[in-house]
Amino acid sequence: MPTSLSRRSFLKSATATGAVFAIGIDPTGALAKAANAGGNITPFVKLDQDGTVTVIIKHFEGGQGTATGLSALIAEELNMSLQDITFETAPADNARYANLFFGSQGTGGSSSIANSFMQYRTAAAATREMLIASAAGAWGVDPTELTLRDRVISGAGRSEGIGAFVEAAAGREVPSDPRLKDPSEWTVIGVDQKARLDTPAKINGSAQYSMDIQLDNQMVVAIKRTPRLGGVVTSFDDTAARDIPGFIMAIQMPNNKGVMAYAETTWAAFQARDALEVTWGFSNAETRSSDELKADLFDMIRAEPEFQASEVDLATATTALDGAARIIEQEFYFPPLAHAPMEPLGATVEPTADGGVVLHDGAQSPAAGLAVMSQILELPEDKVQVNTLYAGGFFGRRSTPDADYLVELALAFVVTDRTRPVKLQWSREDDVTGGYYRPAYAHRIRAGLDAAGNIIGWDHRIAGQPIFKGTILEGFMVQNGVDNSSIEGARHNPYIFPAHHVGLTDQKGPTTPNWWRSVGHSHTAHAMECMMDLCARAADIDPVEFRLRHLSGDGADQSRMAGVIRLAAEKAGWGEALPEGHFHGFAAHKSFNTYVAEVCEVSADSAGTIKIEKVTAAVDCGIAVTPDVIRAQIEGGIGYGIGHAMRAELTLTEGTVDQSNFHDFETLRVYDLSNIETHIVPSTELPTGVGEPGTPPAAPALANAIVAAGQPLATELPMTHNGIAFL
Amino acid sequence: MTISLTVNDEDVSVTAPPDTPLLWVLRDELKLTGTKYGCGIAQCGACTVRLDGSAVRSCQVAIGDAEGASVVTIEAANDAEAQAVKQAWRELDVVQCGFCQSGQIMQAADLLAQHPRPSDDVIDTVMGGNACRCATYARIRAAIHRAADILEG
Repeated sequence: MPTSLSRRSFLKSATATGAVFAIGIDPTGALAKAANAGGNITPFVKLDQDGTVTVIIKHFEGGQGTATGLSALIAEELNMSLQDITFETAPADNARYANLFFGSQGTGGSSSIANSFMQYRTAAAATREMLIASAAGAWGVDPTELTLRDRVISGAGRSEGIGAFVEAAAGREVPSDPRLKDPSEWTVIGVDQKARLDTPAKINGSAQYSMDIQLDNQMVVAIKRTPRLGGVVTSFDDTAARDIPGFIMAIQMPNNKGVMAYAETTWAAFQARDALEVTWGFSNAETRSSDELKADLFDMIRAEPEFQASEVDLATATTALDGAARIIEQEFYFPPLAHAPMEPLGATVEPTADGGVVLHDGAQSPAAGLAVMSQILELPEDKVQVNTLYAGGFFGRRSTPDADYLVELALAFVVTDRTRPVKLQWSREDDVTGGYYRPAYAHRIRAGLDAAGNIIGWDHRIAGQPIFKGTILEGFMVQNGVDNSSIEGARHNPYIFPAHHVGLTDQKGPTTPNWWRSVGHSHTAHAMECMMDLCARAADIDPVEFRLRHLSGDGADQSRMAGVIRLAAEKAGWGEALPEGHFHGFAAHKSFNTYVAEVCEVSADSAGTIKIEKVTAAVDCGIAVTPDVIRAQIEGGIGYGIGHAMRAELTLTEGTVDQSNFHDFETLRVYDLSNIETHIVPSTELPTGVGEPGTPPAAPALANAIVAAGQPLATELPMTHNGIAFL
Repeated sequence: MTISLTVNDEDVSVTAPPDTPLLWVLRDELKLTGTKYGCGIAQCGACTVRLDGSAVRSCQVAIGDAEGASVVTIEAANDAEAQAVKQAWRELDVVQCGFCQSGQIMQAADLLAQHPRPSDDVIDTVMGGNACRCATYARIRAAIHRAADILEG
């Protein structure tokens, strides 16, 4: 049974007493092994003498299906059923479990399968060869006579479970270049099955999330935060809080950002927090309101851009536009959005007998947890363990450049006598008002068409708050002043436009910008794909045909994009008659090296009220490792994109966030969208991400369908601000 | 104040201020953490349990009002409807992050107890209060229909 707690406990006890063979890589990146899971290697798979196969999941499971996907890579090379795999999350170890794309341990950028595809398969292939070689040695036969299947080695008239060979295999040389199975031999990768390894624990209440940690003698901390962004504590009075049963103490945060209420239970901590009287200092706090910030963004996109973000300069695009038969111009606005994962943020620090700590966290970045605890608690890193738990969603929020909630937790612990575990628990209000958002952006696009309706010039200006600039990650994402996260998807888009200029102006925003599912693509795709429809209509060309015309040529980027466009159009019956009052809208976008096209079908009643009937998606993510997980991610990505675009926004009044919970930061509901069909393009390309790419085309496909229904184009999100009403 | 009630078929006595939400008694006192906190104001449904048979938001039930009540949480939801729902949830791999799914399952079981053959409209109405930020709604709806099939045998 996968993920069964009793099974995992058994495994751990077996680890302590019986022989275990683990294989992974050594610090040089070479394949390496260890007996009894020791040694300086990064194990990806462990074998027990009882035949248990345990996959070590280096990326946390926050719903995106990584545990199942990484396990499938191991199951494939061991010729075993995915359902027979057990998995454990990896310990925090920056050097060993680095995301190969980041250089440190963490999850994001839809990279889990892509960066692990060769690594995990190679480890399992070596395991297979070592087991077979051990059996061949024991039986005195040639290894080519033997096969491994379903954890049994057979051949030469004999057959025995792998457990018998674990000890011998652990003593063998690791093959430096094990043979990976040919794709024609695959029996797990690409098999369409519903076999999520995390399902059983998540339907019986046993799955452990950060919030579920209940340690003996733990204190729960809730933080009273500034009502205005950027405010600091001047003084506080906890008189009223002392009347709350279970209240322990209140302490001003060392960074003055809030007051921490400690209590015996979560409810008492929340109540005590609410009872604190805090005087705030607002001299450096935000004073602006959304209208002002929005007007500022529009001023920016109407002026010359601060940075040239494309190879083509503004003058070249302007010259091309001057020669156009007609010019289409449109501005767009995207509001700040909270990630609002279902599980409000939180984590627990547990002191250990040796003076160290265990951090219990749904850790998107175990590396950050390790660094924060080590620095703030002044502990060597080997005294900090990270117990990575399930995350109740993340969408990017469980990792920020400043590791916000982990710093809070460390501060909450460091000011105590360190004898009791401390659990930090955010409320939903902390989450919605907290100021870590997908920041607001404005776009202005001027597109020039020639007489035949082809785009001959494109001037795209974007203004907004950069996400990476000024953070420790600036070096990765900022070049020549351009924060790639502000313009990704607008530049380096598969469409081929002559004179394609992208300009960027940075806003000094009021909030702490953070990567939000699909990051820059969450707004660039909407502007690009609504604009493509505007141009197609102006040219009187079918929107699908119009897109394909701008994807001509032999480039893989263009052909893969065209491939998903054709597949989505075909599967949705694009151009065919729809029921009375039903309309189609189209959008496509490439993000995280994955291509997605979506057709949104809406109906409109006599008053023009819109109901989303269905979304049909096509995705090209290279080799589809776990097809049903891919479909689930595309479904979820579509819902995330559409759900926010319909009704969600955050606004500020004089530096205070106006929304606070799901009653005014509205989320998608079952009645909004319950019919999604996803088609996967067969591919032999290396796998690419699926956690985010479903999101970008979803809102523009809906927007374009609403226009087809005779209603306004949603140029300012949320859509309800454009005179659009949803059933 | 000491309140006596039945939780998952066991008699329990809880000493807590009477305005303490049932949600936090379940999670912090009884360590039944399968019931989740998502909003605290009955806007998300993650805390849904069955109280005397009915699906309720446990964040809105004061423990003082639960004297003598019978509460069933996800950990012990094993009546015919809950079993069918859990089976359907597995068959369709509904879950993603899973954090809302305890509440979804408890609400869906209650829905099927009242509407053995629910229409999409009934599902939309009854399940509309259960938010899923992963947007697993298409599978939730399909799985409820599947659970109805399972129950019909």
